[in-house]
Amino acid sequence: MKTAVEVVGTGIHPFGRFEDRAVTELGVTAVREALREAGNPGFQAAFCGTAYAGVAAGHKVLGAIGRTGVPIVDVEAGCASGGAALMLAAGAIRAGQYDCVLVFGIEKMPRGIIRSSFFEPWREEAGLAATPAYFALRAQRLMRDSGITKGDLADVVVKNRAHGVDNPNAMFRSEVTADQVLASRTVCEPLHLWMLCSPNEGAAAVVLRAAPEASAAGRVTLDAAALRSHLPGSVLSEATPLSGLADDMVDPPTTLAARAAYDEAGVGPADLDVVECQDTDAARELLSYEELGLCPKGDAGKWLAEGVTRLGGRLPVNPSGGLLSKGEPLGASALGQVVELVSQLRGHAGSRQVDGARVALGHTVGRGANASVVILRRSR
Amino acid sequence: MSSRPVQEGLFDDHGLIGGRCGACGRHHFPAAVACPYCGAAEVARVELSETGTLWGWTAVTAAPPGYAGEVPFGFGVVELPEGLRVISRIEEADPARLSFGAPVRFALAPLHTDDDGTEVVTYAFTPSERT
Repeated sequence: MKTAVEVVGTGIHPFGRFEDRAVTELGVTAVREALREAGNPGFQAAFCGTAYAGVAAGHKVLGAIGRTGVPIVDVEAGCASGGAALMLAAGAIRAGQYDCVLVFGIEKMPRGIIRSSFFEPWREEAGLAATPAYFALRAQRLMRDSGITKGDLADVVVKNRAHGVDNPNAMFRSEVTADQVLASRTVCEPLHLWMLCSPNEGAAAVVLRAAPEASAAGRVTLDAAALRSHLPGSVLSEATPLSGLADDMVDPPTTLAARAAYDEAGVGPADLDVVECQDTDAARELLSYEELGLCPKGDAGKWLAEGVTRLGGRLPVNPSGGLLSKGEPLGASALGQVVELVSQLRGHAGSRQVDGARVALGHTVGRGANASVVILRRSR
Repeated sequence: MSSRPVQEGLFDDHGLIGGRCGACGRHHFPAAVACPYCGAAEVARVELSETGTLWGWTAVTAAPPGYAGEVPFGFGVVELPEGLRVISRIEEADPARLSFGAPVRFALAPLHTDDDGTEVVTYAFTPSERT
């Protein structure tokens, strides 16, 4: 019988700014919560997603609670670090290498535009390490190709901030209006400040365990965890190359990861009940609808306007409030989505609950390029 | 006043220096030791076209990390006749004055002046006609 991967515990340290707490402490909070919920099992390996926490960051967290001795591997895959850690853990469980694996993500981001060792010094000196400018070029292209307006971009923020109001783990918990979003300062046209997520701090953890394929009713399984990188050729790829080909047919990494995940889980976009997707900026969310195959290319704006992706709509996207409400601690970001989605599938999401949610998708994409797509399912 | 390029090997006074793959024929920028598309090692350094068209643009309004020049500055993508799209500074910081497909021409742009008085220059493209 094929082995299923069950999520037996989740934990989170809220996302925000915590001047008085070290990144290790954030990790300890999330890990303890996940282990407690799982019944404090023995685990044979741990994977820690992080991009900025430094050498042996995962060891420090498990060292603080006396749970070292097992292999502890830090995983860096930019915004998809947590997704990459999930892929490695799930693969090892399915292969029979481990029975129980701890996966966590931790981060304490510097303030402001993310500085990355990815860019050569000359590229910084020339002003070409302006990350939001790459987001803006992608937003402009989406506007040109899919008829998206700046008003639509503002409406993504309005939607996600409204969703985030009741999320105790979010950094921003107040509603905003489209006018307020458009009145915030222009960072890189067409993107205004409030259309961009804030890099911040946080941690999240998940305990995975091997389970028989036919899981008992009500259990949540991780049915797919796919990670893909970019194909060469797209100048606006999240790989942020200095050039690309005049060819618009290159599949983006999100699409590659989504295809692999749908295939692995044996489901399609039409089977999904709830989605958490990368909304680094407002345009990125709409682009994700199309790249994940949730809607046909060109329909993202229509979906948003019709309320399909709002809580109460046919396919709510980012009921947690998304990164626009939570902020983005890179290594913890994908696992934070999983914490939200598991709570949705268990029916524990309170006022953010998507009624009857049974199949959920989480998506992150960023530097590398790295894109991860995970699919979670509650057994009937 | 003396000047230096922000990085050797990216451009000369006339245009960008790229690579052309001897195996698949595709161009890339900056010139690299292998073709980033097919991996072949037979790449020739070539001077890329001085003129192209604007394919994407924005303006950077706050200094990004490691940047000591002035803001705002134009930032965009230029499509060159070689079938290449290049990320570049654009010598127009008002996005409203730019349009898709507008002709642009290679230019050198001053970034800042080093402590010893050396001017640091980089590559850019400038709109070649106003609409």
